[in-house]
Amino acid sequence: MLTKRIIPCLDVKNGYVVKGIKFKNHEIVGSILDLASKYNEEGADELVFYDIGASTYDGIVSKEWVKQIAELINIPFCVAGGIKNLKDAKDILNNGADKISINSPALVNPNLIQELANEFGSQCVVVGIDSRYINNKYIVYSNTGDEKTIKNTEIETKAWIDQVQNLGAGEIVLNCMNKDGVRDGYDITQLNIMLKNCDVPLIASGGAGTKDHFKDVLTKTKSSGALAASVFHKDLIKINELKDFLRKKSINIRY
Amino acid sequence: MKIGIVDCGGANLNSIYYSFKRLNIDAFISNSIDELSQMDALVLPGVGSAGKVMETLSKKNLASFIRETNKPLLGICIGMQILFDYSEEDNTECLGLIKGNVTKFNKKDVIAVPQMGWNKVECKFDNTLNGYYYFANSYFNKDSDCTVGYTSYGNQFSSIIKKDNLLGCQFHPEKSSTAGEMFLKNFINSI
Repeated sequence: MLTKRIIPCLDVKNGYVVKGIKFKNHEIVGSILDLASKYNEEGADELVFYDIGASTYDGIVSKEWVKQIAELINIPFCVAGGIKNLKDAKDILNNGADKISINSPALVNPNLIQELANEFGSQCVVVGIDSRYINNKYIVYSNTGDEKTIKNTEIETKAWIDQVQNLGAGEIVLNCMNKDGVRDGYDITQLNIMLKNCDVPLIASGGAGTKDHFKDVLTKTKSSGALAASVFHKDLIKINELKDFLRKKSINIRY
Repeated sequence: MKIGIVDCGGANLNSIYYSFKRLNIDAFISNSIDELSQMDALVLPGVGSAGKVMETLSKKNLASFIRETNKPLLGICIGMQILFDYSEEDNTECLGLIKGNVTKFNKKDVIAVPQMGWNKVECKFDNTLNGYYYFANSYFNKDSDCTVGYTSYGNQFSSIIKKDNLLGCQFHPEKSSTAGEMFLKNFINSI
């Protein structure tokens, strides 16, 4: 049986791993390679690197650190941030990333998802979705890396999930923005609504604060994995201890 | 010892290259028959789709080279799938070295397609290779005469195949942590 994945997310800005609360006030938490190596050794199932400055400032992810990560670790990792075309994606995959994740550029040009899936296969193509509950609706936001650029797209999250699957996305990371960085639990309600019509793996993101939050999201929803950042960076939860805890709760977890 | 990684198009050939480097094994990425002929063993990585990989191999005459070689050859993911007769993906006639077909996971049987993540492999020829490995696939071979490792996703499928000089794995050993390293070491030791 396929195991549930525990995925530390490293938000990268200007070459460092950073973390803010509700997408604001970023603070530096460490070096990319040090944290990648630490999480690999602690038993992370996969890593995600979001270059959160990239889309915002019209940049592209610097590829040198992607190559260094690929040389260093032997678990899969995904790179996100500012990938706008096939060439950007190819450079990152050729440097050793297993998947690329697109978010804001896919909202500008949804066909990019299809082009990437045709060229590299769906298994390489992750779509990140930042979703916020507002006026009784779940709405997709774009350019969330910086409070100055953040934008309400007025697209309903459910409709966007349908569309990205039809275009060939192989995985979705659903970041529930109301929960991001506040550590009071994953957004079980939203995840269950969105999982109803999701046939590709969906990774839950936003809200992890305790080991029980991971247990809840992996038992109360059909999420394929749980992504978290601050609880790992701040050493509030150690990945090996978390995985032991989840196994004891009879959740199917790799050891 | 020298390992030739067959460049059959697609991106991300470096992952497997780095994994050999971490094991202190010389590996070379090439699509030249002359160069690959000088290697002690070959790896067929195959990232992308079955149709594209077969097209690239055929264009460069690598398909017949692989069919005829006696060198130990490890096929990974699509590199394993194209060892079979046929793949449903892109309606592709494959290398035909191992009897059997490759079909797509049925959404009714599984929680999500693609299968993405770590799954358990039971290896019939060497139980020290049992463990969790990383998978990322939408297509699979159900069973074959050459299947020596099984994994369950909805139903049971072939996760390791072995025949003569050929070894194939549906998972990515280069991304499967210490279990994957063991698997690659085992391949190297068999050369």
